Amino acid sequence: MSNLSLILVLLLVMALGYQFGLVRSRNVAKSQLNVPMHSRSHHYGMLVALWAALPAFIILLLWLLLAPTVINSMLLSAVPIDVTSLKADELRVMLQRISNLAGNFGVVADAEPWERAAAVHLRQLKANSTIVLSALMAVIVAIGMLVSLYSITPKLKARQQIERVVKVLLILCSAVAVLTTIGIVLSMVGETLKFFSYIPPTEFFFGTSWNPRFSTVGTQQQGSFGLLPLLAGTTLIAGIAMLVAIPLGLMVAVYLAEYASLRFRNIAKPLIEVLAGIPTIVYGFFALVSVGPFLRDLGAALGLNINATSALTAGVVMGIMIIPFISSLSDDILTQVPKAMRDGSLGLGATKSETILKVVLPAALPGIVGAVLLAASRAIGETMIVVLAAGNSPALTANPFEAVSTVTVTIVNQLTGDNDFSSPQSLVAFALGLTLFVITLLLNVMALVIVRKYREQYE
Amino acid sequence: MKIITDKSIPHTATLSLVQQKVIASLRHRQRKETWFRRLGYSAVLISLALVAILFANIFSKGLPAFWQSAITLDIYFDPQIIAISAKPERRADELTADYQQRFLAWQTEVGFINFNRLITDSLQKLVPDGTKHKRDLARLVTSGERFALRDMVVAEPSIIGQTRRLNLLTDANIDVWLKGNIDRSLPDEQQQLSANMRDWVDALAANGVIKNRFSLALFMNADSRSSLASAGLAGAFMGSFYMMLVVIFLAVPMAVGAAIYLEEFAPRNKLTDLVEVNINNLAAVPSIVFGLLGASVLIGWFNLPMSAPIVGGLVLSLMTLPTVIIATRSTLKAIPPSIRQAALGLGASKMQSIFHHVLPLAIPGILTGAILGVAQALGETAPLLLIGMKSFVASVPASPLEQASALPVQIYLWQGNELRNFFEARTSAAIIVLLMMMLSLNGVAIWLRRKYQRHW
Repeated sequence: MSNLSLILVLLLVMALGYQFGLVRSRNVAKSQLNVPMHSRSHHYGMLVALWAALPAFIILLLWLLLAPTVINSMLLSAVPIDVTSLKADELRVMLQRISNLAGNFGVVADAEPWERAAAVHLRQLKANSTIVLSALMAVIVAIGMLVSLYSITPKLKARQQIERVVKVLLILCSAVAVLTTIGIVLSMVGETLKFFSYIPPTEFFFGTSWNPRFSTVGTQQQGSFGLLPLLAGTTLIAGIAMLVAIPLGLMVAVYLAEYASLRFRNIAKPLIEVLAGIPTIVYGFFALVSVGPFLRDLGAALGLNINATSALTAGVVMGIMIIPFISSLSDDILTQVPKAMRDGSLGLGATKSETILKVVLPAALPGIVGAVLLAASRAIGETMIVVLAAGNSPALTANPFEAVSTVTVTIVNQLTGDNDFSSPQSLVAFALGLTLFVITLLLNVMALVIVRKYREQYE
Repeated sequence: MKIITDKSIPHTATLSLVQQKVIASLRHRQRKETWFRRLGYSAVLISLALVAILFANIFSKGLPAFWQSAITLDIYFDPQIIAISAKPERRADELTADYQQRFLAWQTEVGFINFNRLITDSLQKLVPDGTKHKRDLARLVTSGERFALRDMVVAEPSIIGQTRRLNLLTDANIDVWLKGNIDRSLPDEQQQLSANMRDWVDALAANGVIKNRFSLALFMNADSRSSLASAGLAGAFMGSFYMMLVVIFLAVPMAVGAAIYLEEFAPRNKLTDLVEVNINNLAAVPSIVFGLLGASVLIGWFNLPMSAPIVGGLVLSLMTLPTVIIATRSTLKAIPPSIRQAALGLGASKMQSIFHHVLPLAIPGILTGAILGVAQALGETAPLLLIGMKSFVASVPASPLEQASALPVQIYLWQGNELRNFFEARTSAAIIVLLMMMLSLNGVAIWLRRKYQRHW
């Protein structure tokens, strides 16, 4: 049976167990009328369902995790050639060939006789594994259901047991978030260390030229892997984006929070926030086919030489994307500033703009700085706009009218649909990813700390 | 605030020097006030204008692509060209495998038939001088349509010998030519269509044989590279659909579970503080980093298939998890403690008080957060590129384990197509489809919030 049908059977078993437990607990209650049952009858049903399905499910998971390794080692022990003399790559290729043959994907004609025998053997092993697994699960389901059915007594604290299981499940759910972070850090650190075994870290972090030639593994020419041009491009584009987004976003926030009537605010705010919900690929396309040519023509009219795909194009469009980010965060922060501060300033005769510039904004400054940092981290990590509109030319330049490349673009270029991470050319993507992760993490933590401090000040 | 206007100020001559100074400075300050206010107003207007420009731009480019030029032909399913044996019928005493064998043999037979002949024969009646330029004639109709004819024959063999009036898609370049997306004055060597094709097309369009019709191909077909005019979004749509299913059934329950634990059960200590900071950070990690995680862990270690929606769904689930956790937590936080206390006071256990009383009240808020998370996942592109979903897939995936594309990735692939004149509009049309889906998701979220929002 396939794994999916096993899971479906387990669901069926749960439904059955629930019914059995329900009926059984009612019978028990009827036979012992003088002793009240500890829990409601559906609790007993759930308990039986859990006992029947959960252990078998855990066995299934363990089996799925461990069986491939066990089957491979059994297969290798049966293969007539000396396995220990093979390198890891050759071994993997051999196993892949055999499993292709077994799955009818391989070309049977050029297979050697021992390979065919191994494929037959593998198919047999897999069939056996499924049979053993099904039988094992059936036994465990039966034991679990019977034991739990016969343990139903008025004293059994079914509800507490279920609640304990649910609580463990909830804890596991929250563990996933932590595991994701750990997974990100571990996988990227691992691959980055592999990358540093080819290219020394100093060359990566301080190199001023980026030219990763895709050469075959093992040749001397590996190309140059300098991070600086990419980092410069990233900063340039993010800087332009912030130049566009900060003044616009901040003024929008000020106007909506301080001046606008409630009706205007209720219409304008969601409309501007539509910008935040548009997928970045759409911005990228917009930048590529509309903004880029427009800026090029504008530059030509002014006598400037602006590339259609340039740091400026990507930066301006990214700035548009970030406006609602800054405006709604700052808006929240501005409305948190106590009214007493405004009233005090107005009472002393200051105009509204003077109050905003000299009292409200300084008071809200930490929060706004936090918002700006969050927006900057988003700008640095943004990918699709830059992939389409920045021109992808990793040159170390400060000229915004030229094509540049960024960290994110390079990750996409070095690692598009490749599952062979053995050359430095693809491993470098993980080193770049780790750099990006650390930079954005620092910005985020700084922003969170600042915002949190600020909240405490006024709460 | 009462503002001193010019009228309320007495004539300058009667005022002292100090008063005059004050009045001058007041005027100056009021002017500054007006300017500041106008600055804010124009910032809002500029932002709104940007929204309008973006949408107007995409829609003006994309809407024409929903209609595509098609040619109306009377196709005679000539028995001399379609010389095939009868379609095998399943015999009662026959094994399934034998029937399959015979059916496959028959399909191979069908595959060898030159269905293009049917099209060119029919075209010759409309284009008298077409016989001299057979090659050009065959190029009028996009190459994918001959497979449509084949499928008609396979589905209904009795059609052989009959004549049917069909609307067939023209070549992509003809669509470009008729829509005026190419400069008609360009010299011959820069035109995609030969001179006689251009004349034919103009004549046929004037006759009404070639017409702009609503493009079903855009919605019914998968991507195509050989027959550009019939490239559609169906494959990408199904890929996105499977991924959203994974997100809905994996990320949403998990996020709600995590949020319940963190908000209701977790003790307040250093560890839960760390988990909270971690979740907040995870929400701000660039999406491409999740793609790297998927590439190295899911594909590298767990050996899951490349380009499969299940892997994409898992990556997007991890990405949306923190968003939904944060939304759910703030919803739970907003539910007043009196609800919990009342339940506990009546003898409910903590678990019961949460699952029977708090959670039902939180469901609108949780749904809003979940929908916004799903919408975010629907539009995400970068992580999918890293797990191989960039590859060209010419079929509609039948299960989440098969190779597939996704809507945003399809947009990325189409914008890079060489036939720019045609695919700029087609890409914009795909964007419109994606935006409509996202806007309707967001609309549902807003509606839910409006309808069920409670102020405690």
